[in-house]
Amino acid sequence: MSLTVEETKVRNKELIDEVLKAYPEKSAKRRAKHLNVHEEGKSDCDVKSNIKSLPGVMTIRGCAYAGSKGVVWGPIKDMIHISHGPVGCGQYSWASRRNYYIGTTGIDTFGTMQFTSDFQEKDIVFGGDKKLEKIMDEIQILFPLNKGITVQSECPIGLIGDDIEAVSKKKSKEYGGKTIVPVRCEGFRGVSQSLGHHIANDAIRDWVFEKTDPDKNKFEATPYDVAIIGDYNIGGDAWSSRILLEEMGLRVIAQWSGDGTIAELENTPKAKLNVLHCYRSMNYISRYMEEKYGIPWVEYNFFGPSKIEASLREIASHFDDRIKEGAERVIAKYKALTDAVVAKYRPRLEGKTVMLFVGGLRPRHVIGAYEDLGMNVVGTGYEFGHNDDYQRTTHYVKDGTLIYDDVTGHEFEKFVEKIQPDLVGSGIKEKYVFQKMGVPFRQMHSWDYSGPYHGYDGFAIFARDMDMAINSPVWALTKAPWKK
Amino acid sequence: MSQNADKVIDHEMLFREPEYVEMFDNKKKNFEFAFPLEKMEEIREWTKTREYQDLNFAREGLTVNPAKACQPLGAVFAAVGFAKTLPFVHGSQGCVAYYRSHFSRHFKEPTSCVSSSMTEDAAVFGGLNNMVDGLANAVNLYKPDMIAVSTTCMAEVIGDDLGAFIRTSKQKGSVAEDYDVPFAHTPAFVGSHITGYDNALKGVLTHFWEGRERTPNESINFIGGFDGNVVGNMPEIRRILSLFGAEYTVVCDPSEVWNTPTDGEFRMYDGGTTKDEVKQALNAKATLSFQAFSTEKTTKYIATTGQEVVALHHPMGVAGTDKLLMEISRLTGKPIPAALEKERGRLMDAIADSSSHIHGKKFALYGDPDLMLGLTAFLLELGAEPVHVLSTNGGEDWAAQVQALFDASPFGAGCHVYAKKDLWHMRSLLFTEPVDLLIGNTYGKYLERDCGVPLIRMGFPIFDRHHHHRFPIWGYEGSLRVLVAILDEIFEALDANTIDTATTDYSYDIIR
Ligand code: SF4
Ligand code: SF4
Repeated sequence: MSLTVEETKVRNKELIDEVLKAYPEKSAKRRAKHLNVHEEGKSDCDVKSNIKSLPGVMTIRGCAYAGSKGVVWGPIKDMIHISHGPVGCGQYSWASRRNYYIGTTGIDTFGTMQFTSDFQEKDIVFGGDKKLEKIMDEIQILFPLNKGITVQSECPIGLIGDDIEAVSKKKSKEYGGKTIVPVRCEGFRGVSQSLGHHIANDAIRDWVFEKTDPDKNKFEATPYDVAIIGDYNIGGDAWSSRILLEEMGLRVIAQWSGDGTIAELENTPKAKLNVLHCYRSMNYISRYMEEKYGIPWVEYNFFGPSKIEASLREIASHFDDRIKEGAERVIAKYKALTDAVVAKYRPRLEGKTVMLFVGGLRPRHVIGAYEDLGMNVVGTGYEFGHNDDYQRTTHYVKDGTLIYDDVTGHEFEKFVEKIQPDLVGSGIKEKYVFQKMGVPFRQMHSWDYSGPYHGYDGFAIFARDMDMAINSPVWALTKAPWKK
Repeated sequence: MSQNADKVIDHEMLFREPEYVEMFDNKKKNFEFAFPLEKMEEIREWTKTREYQDLNFAREGLTVNPAKACQPLGAVFAAVGFAKTLPFVHGSQGCVAYYRSHFSRHFKEPTSCVSSSMTEDAAVFGGLNNMVDGLANAVNLYKPDMIAVSTTCMAEVIGDDLGAFIRTSKQKGSVAEDYDVPFAHTPAFVGSHITGYDNALKGVLTHFWEGRERTPNESINFIGGFDGNVVGNMPEIRRILSLFGAEYTVVCDPSEVWNTPTDGEFRMYDGGTTKDEVKQALNAKATLSFQAFSTEKTTKYIATTGQEVVALHHPMGVAGTDKLLMEISRLTGKPIPAALEKERGRLMDAIADSSSHIHGKKFALYGDPDLMLGLTAFLLELGAEPVHVLSTNGGEDWAAQVQALFDASPFGAGCHVYAKKDLWHMRSLLFTEPVDLLIGNTYGKYLERDCGVPLIRMGFPIFDRHHHHRFPIWGYEGSLRVLVAILDEIFEALDANTIDTATTDYSYDIIR
């Protein structure tokens, strides 16, 4: 079982060759560029990324709409997000992402609702702008406490030539300058969710920042104001992160976008530092705020005590001694908890191997948390990472790790079958495939309906969940005894 | 600090701890600039009024919380009902990610399906190359016996011609000339998931039947329609048909591929109607569709082949199942088996035992049109009042049929049917005219929260309760299960309402 690094590399290379054999020649050539074995010392993982998926291969990726409505905009709780187009996309993404929030749903918050223009044939033929206007009017009547509206474009919108920008402007004016944001995140744009993140970021720049009245929603600034960027509060992740930042003496003035509000977005330019968790989905707006408002940003990682500790210090390094001391105080405060968690779970998880395939951040970000528990990540890949993600990944992965970008159903199944990891971490579409194969699994987008996983409080849950997946008695029973 | 390694707490309890509650309060107070609590309360109360309901029902453009999905979802459902068949959806790939997730969340099973991954260039030039490469890749990687093609709204809007594309793909050698690639156009902006099921199923039948001579035999075909309980229902209907000793073919049966064992092997394909069975099905003397609205075009097409077609509306309960069995008996010429007659008696027995708890209870229900018809009829025969019956994908013709059921029963007197309405409409109804129980899919839990009405989960999708889809709701046995589900909820509600010590618990009876 335990191969040397060199043996692992040979095995992984053979495995790549093997999975490629099933493809037609042209496709094999293209897929070959997405698969690799990591060589220590290289500046990236040497795979192609952020390019079109091959048709017919069962990619795991979603679309730009998912990246905008599902990820960036959907969690802004006091706005109404219209899934603009036919009923499907909004229906399938309805409340499925677990970005928690607090509010009275349907009255002053709208996160777990599905607003759709439910396009019919006539809307396709004659255009949907009139209908969109009517919808906005109806929203104003029926949901008077909404703080703004976004239009999340589904595939047809860009194809039928609708002018959602004009409608948004017109209606915004009509309602006295209300924030109305048209988002051109049609599912066919780009190659994955990723372009949707970018488009959504740009929409915040153009339709929120550009239009904000600086005298609205004022508060007294402090030197310790920060904004959490790129945390979607899955199972409460942003909350178990925020609490640490506040405990070290910082003041969190905005959450992007989990449990976020339009007022928080608008006020973010007042931050002294943007702390960025999901680089992939929100680096764009962070860079913009740096350029435009001179706000520096820093990436951090709140998975597992080693990374949390390093991140707290890194964030504190942007502030004075008061905050630096605060960081040390927080680290000390939680030490007993993390020691106890590690003492309890590490002996049960030591040496276990993990294969990951997640979105744009977690394929690298969670590796430290596994290592804190004595586990090894032996394969990883991104659904929609770019080259800068693969560069960042090199700081996390070990020599010989199998790397698979935009993995296909066929490849993932074969890789897991051969490598036989003790745990696979990926999404709902993959979960049951691997469990059928007898491999323990955790969903690493939704935390498998658990969480939070961020922060010290979250790490305890993470450890508990990985233990319960791997050490569940069910895996010893999957083979009938008379078949063994 | 509240977290503890000995007893780890997660989102359920963690955020009730004082340090988090304080943090939430501060966030709200300092940064959210929310409306004052009084304003929120005022609007909340207003949404419960008749005035709000009237405004709500005056909506012409906006849909809020609909109870329907889009066509290709149904097409994928239909495709996986055939043996070793890979669904292939031509258009944007994001949609396919959604269908697969949606089914996996409901069935807790993998759902294999590929997309032709069309992007911006395909939007301009058409998706022919995506089809050509996609079919070749799919067939090489996943070795299906058949690929069933449907479309997302993108491909429909740009007007890709599936028939021509598939022909060209074959000419280019993507798949062999004689390889089976049935297809259906499934525009998401027409109908709903049940329309997609219908179109895709018709696509498969026309593919195998067109141009073939029909030589009638004694067999009958059974078609179930789009059905969240398919995993439990299909074995039940097979059992019933077998008890008759009938010769039959189930056309489209995904009950095995969505019910595979955890035994160390992943089965991408399992069970399903084989190609031979589909071909043979042309010769059947009749086709019985369990859900007429889910099979409108399919049944129409089948009728043109000369078969007799019987299309029911999700018959359940006593009279519904009676009708089903009598139709099977008539079509097959075989008597109703004694075993089933006994099951009928047992269902009657259960109803007689419990009906006093259901009699006069008010229900609200929503879902697919056929299920609503079956359930309405069943509730009426239990002496319940289905006060609000709502469907997002049911039209006026459907509403007229529900009304006819109301009219035929004294319990239907105060009942109303709502066609093409959504769950935000239902919310108003539940405030202005409250009911005792709500029946619907998982999304009904938000109504349960807002309106305080207990939810009995039935329909599709059900994400937040496990394994109910494994059990039938068809036949006398299935109806018994539905009866028990209703009773359980009634008793739970009664217990919850009488549980307070020294104030209401005199009624907290040990025998009910
Ligand atoms: S963590 Fe992953 S899934 Fe979540 S937003 Fe970032 S890239 Fe997307
Ligand atoms: S883009 Fe169209 S086909 Fe795809 S999920 Fe949305 S509505 Fe359905």
